[in-house]
Amino acid sequence: MRKVYLDNAATTPMLPEVLEAMLPYLKDSYGNPQSLHGWGDEAREAIEDARGKVAALIGAQPEEIIFTSSGTESNNFAVKGLAGAQQSKGRHIVVSAIEHFSVLHSARTLEKQGFELTLVPVDRYGLVNPEDVARCIRKDTVLVSIMHANSEVGTIQPIREIARLAKEVGAIFHTDAVATAGTIPVDVSELGVDALSLAGNQFYGPKGVGALWLKKGVRIIPYLEGGVQEGGRRAGTENVPAIVGLGKASELVGKETGPRIEHLSALRDRLIEGLPSRIDRVILTGHPTQRLPGNASFCIEFIEGESMLMLLNHQGVAAASGSACTSKALKASHVLLAMGFAHEIAHGSLLFSPGVWNTGEDIDHVLEVLPPIVDRLRQMSPLYAKFSKEQSGRR
Amino acid sequence: MPVYSEKVMEHFMNPRNVGEIEDADGIGEEGNPVCGDLMTFYIKVEDNRLSDIKFKTFGCGAAIAVSSIVSEMAMGKTLEEARKITPALVAKELEGLPKNKYHCSNLGAQALNKAIDDHLKKQGVKVKTKRGRKDE
Repeated sequence: MRKVYLDNAATTPMLPEVLEAMLPYLKDSYGNPQSLHGWGDEAREAIEDARGKVAALIGAQPEEIIFTSSGTESNNFAVKGLAGAQQSKGRHIVVSAIEHFSVLHSARTLEKQGFELTLVPVDRYGLVNPEDVARCIRKDTVLVSIMHANSEVGTIQPIREIARLAKEVGAIFHTDAVATAGTIPVDVSELGVDALSLAGNQFYGPKGVGALWLKKGVRIIPYLEGGVQEGGRRAGTENVPAIVGLGKASELVGKETGPRIEHLSALRDRLIEGLPSRIDRVILTGHPTQRLPGNASFCIEFIEGESMLMLLNHQGVAAASGSACTSKALKASHVLLAMGFAHEIAHGSLLFSPGVWNTGEDIDHVLEVLPPIVDRLRQMSPLYAKFSKEQSGRR
Repeated sequence: MPVYSEKVMEHFMNPRNVGEIEDADGIGEEGNPVCGDLMTFYIKVEDNRLSDIKFKTFGCGAAIAVSSIVSEMAMGKTLEEARKITPALVAKELEGLPKNKYHCSNLGAQALNKAIDDHLKKQGVKVKTKRGRKDE
């Protein structure tokens, strides 16, 4: 059976060169970067080399990169650490309603600690209106955190414009760029942000490693206390192989950005054009044009996401869904709900996220196997039965 | 994939008794689209026995498997016997359900019970339920 992995939003596979680069640090080069001997020197040089490569990917200075364990950690670190360091100036923070839970839940934690939180709404396409951000910002706003792009629906935000507004009141601006760094060009000075999160497993690097870029001079409360690692802001013995892998991935994806985006966009558009012509009552979620190249997200009406994923998996296809049944908490995607979709529509969420190794044939396989799956589940669905009856009654 | 037993997977892949009964003697609906699961059961009753059962379900793999197994467990049973199908029995028959999917087994048994209630009401029988649910 053909195996088609279309869940790169969850994690990308690793490039073989990344694995090659990591292997020595899992074997013979096992030194602790803080040690004062040859083994230590070797490990330290490796992570400093990686720091330079990650910095180059986003147009930053190497000393501005703090390695973390994940995008989630970077976001926790940024939201709690930046707001905490600024609280003598004010205790109001602003984040969008569609942030990743690592931002949203961190913001809620701050709220419990006495901060005030304002959630910026999004429109039907998941787009934040900069004017709404301007309306939410106050004199005592110390932190604004808006994601660069949402991995569930692919919408890319006008970060430059939003960041400028935040700066006008002197608030620190953080962006969660986990879905964009290594995927589309990300340049911290062009975006005009103060802090940015990224993660290795989103751009063909290893899992368990991420980075927080923090503009020189921006204060933050240390996330893990202990030794002097990462300038004392994130203590703990460095995950050398993973950091080396992150560096290598940054170096590799920094090249050939144009052709990669073209390839992914073509696969995405093949799905976006192909599915609605084969299945009726399919809604494209996210912005039609301002969206990630590797994101084709839909809501398929009258059926539920988990059932679709199970039947797709049976056909060798890996996809994702924001339906309630697919989440352990049994809640429909907060992103789709914030965009104004009804619960029953959000339950039919289906996300395909192609990666560099996918081909047009992979997409054609999906276009072939999905319509019968949808048909089969709709024949079982009481919602579809009601809809069909209404339709025939109207005729 | 969620950790489903082989039996759940088998019923999900090959659900029994999917459909509607045009001239059903009783119809029961349980769940709602907001929570993500909705089941409708249709029954035919002959001599106090369930002579036919069909269902339609909107929901996850567990919800579909539960509907299927409930229809199978209840087929040919007397109404009293069918009422004794509890969520625990449904889960057991399916060789277990993940903890967060247990509520699906509840929905299946309740939808069937509601269909039986509906049938009895049509017969002019006053329905009292042990579960404390008000009969309208």
